[in-house]
Amino acid sequence: MSTIKLRAKESKGVVTVKAIIKHPMETGQRKNKKTGEKIPAHFIQQVVCKANNDEVITINWGPAVSKNPYLTFAYMGSKGDTIELTWEDNQGNKDSLQGEVK
Amino acid sequence: MNRRNFLKNSLMTIGTITTFAGLMIKPKRLYAAWPKASFDITGLSDSINSVYGHNNLNESSEVMLKAPDIAENGAIVPLNVKTKLKNVESIMIFVENNPQPLSSGYNLSSKSVPIVGTRIKMGNTSKVIAAVKSNGKIYTASKEVKVTIGGCGG
Repeated sequence: MSTIKLRAKESKGVVTVKAIIKHPMETGQRKNKKTGEKIPAHFIQQVVCKANNDEVITINWGPAVSKNPYLTFAYMGSKGDTIELTWEDNQGNKDSLQGEVK
Repeated sequence: MNRRNFLKNSLMTIGTITTFAGLMIKPKRLYAAWPKASFDITGLSDSINSVYGHNNLNESSEVMLKAPDIAENGAIVPLNVKTKLKNVESIMIFVENNPQPLSSGYNLSSKSVPIVGTRIKMGNTSKVIAAVKSNGKIYTASKEVKVTIGGCGG
């Protein structure tokens, strides 16, 4: 299953996109309580959203973004646009999902 | 085989192949490089300076920052930024008292409508600053958010 949940809705020419990504967003500052060892940083660094293959927004995230990050943004678009959201984290993992604007 | 191992193995295989082939294929980043330096800086003014190259901020009522007065859980602080300003290039969110003040940056395109929302972690009660770059100038709005339980200590 994809790590991304994506919803996009058009109203008066503005498409509002909402997404939730499943990710631990580990800051690298927390310690494992049992062993006292630091938990290595593991967080999403970049999220890119394209609408009909045009880049709409590029997002840079630091470790201070919450676990399972929620995201909302808007762009000028219309119903039926194909949007694609892609994320990549600091360990090189990535995932993407396509959706249709409703 | 779980997914993480699969990714790791497949990446290693790709790495080996490219090394043997002598190709100059680097691990592909999505787009522009993630600004590591800006995210690593620990002081607010240095952080702002590293993002914009100067500290010229203009407090503006055109920038609306929606944040709770009191965050009961510092691990999830919902924020919303919007503005009526035109030609917005980017929106940055800084948290003054976090270990690294820069929490997130949004680079908009010409199609974007300047509205962004997310949830961030806050270690302590702090001022949250939303900075909007429009026509080369930086406009900000800030708000003090009280945190009763920090979200960074675990």
